[in-house]
Amino acid sequence: MEIDPFIFRLSIFILSIFIGYYVVWSVTPSLHTPLMSVTNAISSVIIVGAIIAGLAGNPESIFNTSSIFGFLAISLAAINIFGGFLVTQRMLAMYKKKKKDKK
Amino acid sequence: MISANLSAIFYLISGVLFILALRGLSSPETSRQGNFFGILGMIIAITVTFLSIGNFSSGFIFVFIFLLFGGLVGTFIAYKIPMTAMPELVAGFHSLVGLAAVFVAISAFLNPGAFNLGSPGNIKLGSLIEMSIGAAVGAITFSGSIIAFLKLQGIMSGSPILFKGQHPLNALILVSIVVLIYLLCSMQSSNLFWILLAVSFLIGFLLIIPIGGADMPVVISMLNSYSGWAAAGIGFTLENTALIITGALVGSSGAILSYIMCKGMNRSFFNVILGGFGATDQSSVSKDGKEQKPVKSGNADDAAFLMKNASSVIIVPGYGMAVAQAQHALREMVDTLKKNGIKVSYAIHPVAGRMPGHMNVLLAEANVPYDEVFELEEINNDFANADVAFVIGANDVTNPVAKTDPQSPIYGMPVLDVEKCKSVLFVKRSLSPGYAGIDNDLFYKENTLMLFADAKKMTEDITKNL
Repeated sequence: MEIDPFIFRLSIFILSIFIGYYVVWSVTPSLHTPLMSVTNAISSVIIVGAIIAGLAGNPESIFNTSSIFGFLAISLAAINIFGGFLVTQRMLAMYKKKKKDKK
Repeated sequence: MISANLSAIFYLISGVLFILALRGLSSPETSRQGNFFGILGMIIAITVTFLSIGNFSSGFIFVFIFLLFGGLVGTFIAYKIPMTAMPELVAGFHSLVGLAAVFVAISAFLNPGAFNLGSPGNIKLGSLIEMSIGAAVGAITFSGSIIAFLKLQGIMSGSPILFKGQHPLNALILVSIVVLIYLLCSMQSSNLFWILLAVSFLIGFLLIIPIGGADMPVVISMLNSYSGWAAAGIGFTLENTALIITGALVGSSGAILSYIMCKGMNRSFFNVILGGFGATDQSSVSKDGKEQKPVKSGNADDAAFLMKNASSVIIVPGYGMAVAQAQHALREMVDTLKKNGIKVSYAIHPVAGRMPGHMNVLLAEANVPYDEVFELEEINNDFANADVAFVIGANDVTNPVAKTDPQSPIYGMPVLDVEKCKSVLFVKRSLSPGYAGIDNDLFYKENTLMLFADAKKMTEDITKNL
């Protein structure tokens, strides 16, 4: 008997939860805000589904109800991807160590 | 066009890069590199998606237009947003992830063929279950985040909205979501799909309105978690490894943050979620207030005098500092203190502010080196040896009643031992109780000096007097 591919995906999912658990506990509390903004950005990898949906229309009619939702989702996810990564970068750039000599 | 196996390998690589992105946040030195890994993972995932579709039809141009539009808006927001508005921004972003998940689910429901899920009205059972769970959680994330956003932005009052039968109603709606998913899977009716979405939007809205403003750290973390589970649900539908890994990472990340925040308040997750905290105790508080206990209040001159003669000062920032945008003025004051040879450190309570790490970001923005900023456990023993505690915009997190009075609603909550300092300076606009709706004994202590003023103005005045 073959194993349903769903079981493999479920395995990946469960193991990733454990990885997430240990990785996130090791995040320093002072970086919890960047953690939230970067998780926001990476969860927008949902854009891959949006791209598939957007391109699903046939060449004669690019826009049908399904693909329009896909296109809208592309924009929403793109706001998050660009906004999330850039704002994280902006925040992380502000975390500095003590300067050797005071002003 | 690349093979399905090859693209699956690339999705796995981008999933691993996302893990490294979170791993980088374990210290500020590695964090920037981590963010770079995250960006790389995203680029790989998007490129592979394009390549796996292969057929570069005219639709591509529209994909780029929508991508570019979203990208520009995102970039604009990322550079314009003030650091004090970070909680609102994160709530707003969560709502977008939720809505994107809903849209992808709708799209897959209407045109399952494009995703190899079967045909309309005859979608594979497993996929339909995954899709509807993803859509429902996405919808809850969306409407819940919108409410959180409105509350944080101040458009909607931060006080809890309660009505009779609220909890039974919510429970009923949650049960009906499960029933709807079951019916949808057995009947494949598109009407049921739309009803499911509408009900999910409604419950997201109802779940967040009873939760008060200062519980927002928990709410934001929880919605962060939801957005992850929604992404994972869609990931299962699309059979996409990158999305499944990311969803699991984000889901557990948000869950851990919620746990840390609840622990910081010594409250159970359900206690926070059921809401209404701080709204019920108002009557008893006003009675206490009538006692008119004596309070010592001072001005900037007194505060400057106290600090000038101190050898070590601990700063305790809270949400009030964010509201008054006092972080830069505070840094200038600290610079002056340091010039006079006074040792200064910052003490941050886990739930200070409106989201996890809120105070740290604001201090970093004001160029405060992160190795001068300490968490509660690291610094709490130092208060006994410090001369002055400068409490700016914090209240409940310093209230000694949490350690002494088992009747108090905040009893058992870990608090900063500010009262152990030789003297305490309290910058506050009035004597009004904090969010928990209880009086702070610290105000009436011998060694406490109240500075009634706007946090920013007071800090500036002190600097002038130093």
